[in-house]
Amino acid sequence: MNETKLEIPQRGNISTVAPITSDDRKPLTKKELVADHPTWCPGCGDFSVLALYFKLIEKRKMHHEKITTVAGIGCSSRFPYFVQAHGAHYIHGRALPFASGISLSRPDLHVFVFGGDGDAFSIGGNHFNHTARKNIKMTYVVMDNWVYGLTKKQTSPTSPLGFKSKTDTWGAVDYPINPMKQAIAAGATFVARTTHSNPAHVLQMMEAAMDHDGFSFVECLSECVEFYEGAFDASNPRKGGVFNLVPATHDVTDEIAAYKLADEPFPGSFGVFYRVIKPTKNAKEAGIISSAGDKVKGLKDWQILQKTFERMK
Amino acid sequence: MSDTAVTTQANGGPPRISNISEAVIRIAGNSQDGIQAIGGFLARLAGRSEQEVMTFMTIPSTISGGPSIFQVRIGSGEVLSAGDEADVLLAFYQHSYQDHISSLRKGGIVLFDSDHVEPKPEWQKDYHHLGIPISGLTIEAIGGTAKDKGKNIFALGLLAKMFDLNVPKLEKLINERFGGKDMSVLNNALAAFHAGYSHSLGNVLETFKFVESQRKAGNQVVMTGNEALAYGLIAAGVRFGAGYPITPWSDIMEILRRELPKFGGTFVQCEDEIASISMALGAGYAGRVAVTGSSGPGISLKTEALGWGVMAEVPLVICDIQRGGPSTGMPTNVEQSDLNIACFGGHGDSPRVVLAPANVEDCFYTAIEAVNLARKFNVPVVILSDQAIATRIEAFAEPDLEKVCQDISPDLSPVPEYKAYDLSAADGVSPRVVPGTRVTSGRYSIATGLEHDEFGHPTGSPKLHMQMSAKRRKKLQSLGTGLPVPKVYGPPEGNILLVGWGSTQGPIREAVDRARAAGDSVSALHIKHLSPLPPGLENIFSGFNHILVVEMNDEGLYGYGQLAGLLRARYCDSKIRGINKTDGLTWRVKEILERARANVATALRKL
Repeated sequence: MNETKLEIPQRGNISTVAPITSDDRKPLTKKELVADHPTWCPGCGDFSVLALYFKLIEKRKMHHEKITTVAGIGCSSRFPYFVQAHGAHYIHGRALPFASGISLSRPDLHVFVFGGDGDAFSIGGNHFNHTARKNIKMTYVVMDNWVYGLTKKQTSPTSPLGFKSKTDTWGAVDYPINPMKQAIAAGATFVARTTHSNPAHVLQMMEAAMDHDGFSFVECLSECVEFYEGAFDASNPRKGGVFNLVPATHDVTDEIAAYKLADEPFPGSFGVFYRVIKPTKNAKEAGIISSAGDKVKGLKDWQILQKTFERMK
Repeated sequence: MSDTAVTTQANGGPPRISNISEAVIRIAGNSQDGIQAIGGFLARLAGRSEQEVMTFMTIPSTISGGPSIFQVRIGSGEVLSAGDEADVLLAFYQHSYQDHISSLRKGGIVLFDSDHVEPKPEWQKDYHHLGIPISGLTIEAIGGTAKDKGKNIFALGLLAKMFDLNVPKLEKLINERFGGKDMSVLNNALAAFHAGYSHSLGNVLETFKFVESQRKAGNQVVMTGNEALAYGLIAAGVRFGAGYPITPWSDIMEILRRELPKFGGTFVQCEDEIASISMALGAGYAGRVAVTGSSGPGISLKTEALGWGVMAEVPLVICDIQRGGPSTGMPTNVEQSDLNIACFGGHGDSPRVVLAPANVEDCFYTAIEAVNLARKFNVPVVILSDQAIATRIEAFAEPDLEKVCQDISPDLSPVPEYKAYDLSAADGVSPRVVPGTRVTSGRYSIATGLEHDEFGHPTGSPKLHMQMSAKRRKKLQSLGTGLPVPKVYGPPEGNILLVGWGSTQGPIREAVDRARAAGDSVSALHIKHLSPLPPGLENIFSGFNHILVVEMNDEGLYGYGQLAGLLRARYCDSKIRGINKTDGLTWRVKEILERARANVATALRKL
């Protein structure tokens, strides 16, 4: 078995860890990927997302140690416990900056972040904007169920007007956030929409997101059967709804067109709304490191610091 | 210099030269006058001349303008504080003159810009007045600029003459500072300096010469506490940091942002305080110990995430450059009122490590110790610095960088199995394996904020919550028992023990020296490790009648400052009392002594 220690480049460079080496290990099976049994209610849309995450890992022949699964707080944020791999269950709303710390210091890892609409757009709303604008490489899947589930039915930032919850017994009065518009406006370079009721499409979107070099955001409608049953029926052909793909003529690099798609009334369209290639923060920081490194070539860490201290005498 | 009286010279001739061992020079002007630059030159010169130096500055919290001072104490012997009273006051404006004359010792010299200052006759008998049209002469020397640029360098020339400073060394410093820019800038600076240096100090003055200091082995480096902390972190092997701008922490993030790329590292300016501690924890989880920091309100914002670091056992270094609080408080003033939040901030039982550096040099080594403790015990470590230490300049022996610099790259070699929260270790310390490491058993751990089993999976088991709480506690208890017993400054037994932490070490020690010289039985104890506390303190306390904890914070609802309260809770010793103040300024030596004497007298009356 090829078990070479991953090369840590000289001078503790954290931005140019060696690329993933292919070896003769067999691809993982679902059995090897399953950890705790999910704590979700029977029928929860999140099961579908988890199953397709396993499928993605199997299909792309990733190894346990190359995947890092991160989440905040919420029903869907329990995700890392259900995956047999390195992962972190962080605090409410802050999964993105935590994942950014991993992404920016360990380019050898695939960083996946899973969470819900409260985590992403309420308590963590500002982190969403800034992680998107900085274009930090990672994949963020938001399982949007339009309700706070873990705390048992309060209004969420994506709850539609009129939704009756325990905090708005007369129906939600605050205008909901449109996650797709939010992502496009914040500068996310990959913005896609899918729904748990179409597994093949979920997998397709996750795979495209993973392959995107930058911040990739997928909104996945994921029904809460306990507190918002039937929320997404209009998007599910099996429940009499319609599942419309993004039109083939849509130009994914056209920000205005993407914004128009996001403005369609529910159920709207599914697929990649927006995708552009822009240098990531990861690449920009690596560039800064490389040009700074050129000026101190051949010097050991202590010698670089010594040069600075010479000027402080 | 306090022993030399200023003598008036009768009729011309060269001024008398007095030998002095130290001097305190206070420069008062406005924040944009470049008075920090004069102070910086003097401090750097002292460092290069094997002299001890300590500076003190105040800056207004406004963006531009406003009165500002810079005080430099230079000495051939040990310099422990910035000095209670100035020997020389250099005043650029009327307000500088009026507001700071009281900081001058009786018989001291006030050197003022006679273009802006109208001296008061009633002060002339107590202080030696020397008016020089600094503004006008500077314009004469380097050409007219309406903004009085260069008068700071002219004044530096005056001081160089008055203190017989080493001119070639100062010229070199000016070259280093202004060279590389437009040549005319350097030429103007040198012209201003020489104009000041060659200006006659008048017919009334003596000049001073520092006695040769005892030569120290090796070179000295001169820097501020924030610089020492930033470079200490780099030496310790930190290669990732994240922060948000806030005074007085910002310089550290600016230095790390500029310097880390040279070492292959990155510093990220985040959208807020919570994001920055989160990003640092993410990077720490992924490999090397990372750093974040802040001050005042920023520390409050970070406490939830800090608790996650404790629970998930992820290493992290958090710099808290304390300023006046609560809330926005006094951003550019010093206070030691974050001890409680550093040791106990956050919900739940969350033991963490807290260290407080005593001086600028200690900032450098404390950073390294913090990183190593974070790594060894997988725990967040708070470095409690403060505004005074952050901004003051000191000279200290150049560290042996080849020896102290360390590589803390993660080891990604496969491991057979891994339990992140292994309960089998008696001291509670379980080794950490970072992402990217293959675990051949195929069982991976999750880093989590929920109470968990040994693999980091959630549990509601009362037994596991007790065991894991004990694990998090025990590892810090084992750290505590291994700490060195702090040494008493002065005799180990006596009447009064002054206890301090952080930046007050210098003035407290000087207070001990002064009290002992006057025949009082006073010693001092400096506590650097605030959480956990070092062993052996109860034995030390038992040797004294009065334990007075000197702190720059409020006496609180129950009459004790934050460390005094902690020590009373820990040792149940009623001899422990507090000496506190909240004026936003560092302790003056005289103040400590007066307050200590008063405190002891009151205590005796109550007996």
